[in-house]
Amino acid sequence: MGGVRQKDKLAREVKSGMLETTPIWCRHHILDLDDFTPAEIELVLETTDAMKEVLSRSIKKVPTLRGKTVITLFNESSTRTRSSFELAAKNLSADVINLSAQASSAVKGESLVDTLRTFEALGADIVVMRHSHSGAPYIAARHMQANMINAGDGWHAHPTQALLDLYTIREHKISIKGLKVTIIGDIKHSRVARSNIWGLTAMGAEVSVCCPFTLLPAGLDIVGHHFPRVHIEPEIELALRGADVVMTLRLQHERQQSGLLPSIREYVKLYQLTEARLAQAKADAIVLHPGPVNEDIEISLAVAQGPKSVINEQITNGVAVRMALLYLLAGGNRR
Amino acid sequence: MIRPLLIKGGRIISPIQGVDETNDLIISDGKILELSNGQAGLSSSDYDVLNAEGLIVCPGFIDFHCHLREPGFEEKETISSGNQAAARGGFTTICCMPNTSPPLDNRAAIDYIKKVAATEGVIRTLPIGCISRGREGKELAEMGELVQAGAIAFSDDGQPLRNSRLMRQAMEYSLAFSLPIIDHCEDTTLSEDGLMNEGIIATRLGLCGIPAAAEESIVARDLALAHLTGAQLHIAHITTEGSVELIRRAKEKGVRVTTEVTPHHLTLTEEKVIGYDTNAKVNPPLRTRRDIIALVQGLKEGVIDIIATDHAPHTENDKLSEFATAPFGISGLETALGSLMSLVHAGELTLAILIAKLTSEPAKIIGNKYGKLGTLGVDTSAEVTIFDPNKEWIVDTSDFASKGKNTPLNGKKLKGKVMATIYQGKLVYKDSSITLKGEQRKA
Repeated sequence: MGGVRQKDKLAREVKSGMLETTPIWCRHHILDLDDFTPAEIELVLETTDAMKEVLSRSIKKVPTLRGKTVITLFNESSTRTRSSFELAAKNLSADVINLSAQASSAVKGESLVDTLRTFEALGADIVVMRHSHSGAPYIAARHMQANMINAGDGWHAHPTQALLDLYTIREHKISIKGLKVTIIGDIKHSRVARSNIWGLTAMGAEVSVCCPFTLLPAGLDIVGHHFPRVHIEPEIELALRGADVVMTLRLQHERQQSGLLPSIREYVKLYQLTEARLAQAKADAIVLHPGPVNEDIEISLAVAQGPKSVINEQITNGVAVRMALLYLLAGGNRR
Repeated sequence: MIRPLLIKGGRIISPIQGVDETNDLIISDGKILELSNGQAGLSSSDYDVLNAEGLIVCPGFIDFHCHLREPGFEEKETISSGNQAAARGGFTTICCMPNTSPPLDNRAAIDYIKKVAATEGVIRTLPIGCISRGREGKELAEMGELVQAGAIAFSDDGQPLRNSRLMRQAMEYSLAFSLPIIDHCEDTTLSEDGLMNEGIIATRLGLCGIPAAAEESIVARDLALAHLTGAQLHIAHITTEGSVELIRRAKEKGVRVTTEVTPHHLTLTEEKVIGYDTNAKVNPPLRTRRDIIALVQGLKEGVIDIIATDHAPHTENDKLSEFATAPFGISGLETALGSLMSLVHAGELTLAILIAKLTSEPAKIIGNKYGKLGTLGVDTSAEVTIFDPNKEWIVDTSDFASKGKNTPLNGKKLKGKVMATIYQGKLVYKDSSITLKGEQRKA
């Protein structure tokens, strides 16, 4: 008992210290990283450090969100993101309700806005939403008081994934600033790539993208204020040269069916991250993948399970990052 | 009987007559009686007086492309509410698209529009008939009978004719009637799943893009077919620099083509979609600044003949959804003038060109079947729009007569406002600040 109380006290200290010294957190929702300042990202990463400490204890639970209700609404299948959020909320002692599209009213013709208003009436404090349509969390957030965390919307954004990627990178590299990060794969349809591009460039990294041109979204070559500058390098060996961080993306089989790729076989031949290709990167390069991995498609099994892979750390860090975000949002509520 | 109306001291602009002067306009018996310099031989007690000092007096606007949703989608708009909205926007003639339910692909449907418009409308409503039966793009609608019933053009609007051979046949068949074939140019295999203009903003927002080529490829096809058949082609709502260039070249070659552009494509860019505002979701999509420059240039050169609203009302619930599932369309009748005046205030268009594109130019496409439209000529039906070019107002969709409150301009300030609309001599709309004088003698 004494041990638990001591830990609660520790968490309180962490919390009060944060709130007093970090007035920069005034976000009500976490929708994307496109408007995060480096200081805000830094705050999330530092808070994640504290949460990781909590996770290292034998009893991984603090009472921070006791009496708060977190609802997760996923209309796309997801194993890791959803369980990661659920664990994060439960570690903070929140009550968690998980809804999928089938269980919710979406199939009955109830609109998204109606569904979220219902959640609010039920007493939801924080809504975690995964949606197949880009922008759905923005539309929902306009019509509700509860905090909204975007757990991935269409091709648009996956801010918690990008933050856990940043955290994982930072654990291995002293600073993100100046790092050369290469993202390989289906950039066009990837919310992970987009959010990472925002987060990484905000923190001062240089981002290169490598993919067939059919999987490259329009306008990336035009320098403007609507999207961060990235380098486009379709040849994988060149894209990997000198990289500090290599991020591979999951390839959906439907991309071949819709004519964007001649065959998966050719994609593997041209774009798979293999040990031989990875040799182009720096000796201390690390390899990330948001999961789930298509082994021997976008990444060879040897690389995915090899010494440079930090894929499992990403999963562990995901819980800590999400705890940090839930905590910051709930703290923001209390003012 | 309606008392004669003296519109006093306005700046009268009627491009087809070459008129741009400060003058009085007298309307009597539903017709333009005369343009006179205060010399009319009647005393003020004989007519109502509308003081138009500082205001522009021009022919009633003609909208060649709008959606009235009736029959079938009366929750979005009706012929009645659409007429009211048009009157508020300064329009005295509107041409409604046939994508109703059932579609206007047969005589009974056209008759229905005309009958409802005659009893519930306040301005002239001219129906456009379908090209293909059921707008399915498979076989031709009975175009001859549609003409007999009163269709003024043919279109499967919203649904491009994918079958090029059928388009050719429609054009050839239309030759007998000398009425235009209107196409909504969109290669749907290129635009499939598209939600906004393709480019860096779509990339940022993670929304599937619609490339300019989706429009331009069908514009090119249709121009080739119009060249082949000699038919009169009207290309609806062009939005890209490339379309302007294609039509410019076709006109130089003598192809019988006219085209239109909407107020929103002339004044708003794809940036309006940032934040996922479903009210900025429209098809064809809002494009770029570069396209706007080309479109304005096209208007000035005459490559683009007319401005049409593509008024596409939807309910608030329709638009209160995910960006991907919300319907396309902007409710445009009531903001058209205010939007377009921004081009005049910026020095990009002259008032004379703007008014011509809203009056005499669409009148040319419609022809004389309904009398002389788009003019203030003596003895023509008195259809007059009076607007204040400098009046600033805030768009408030709760004031709209249209059921469609779907506009990205809600809450925005516009400069330029319709003050009064006269249809066949009758005041069908007036701003609350306008009062008629001369009625004290009635007693």
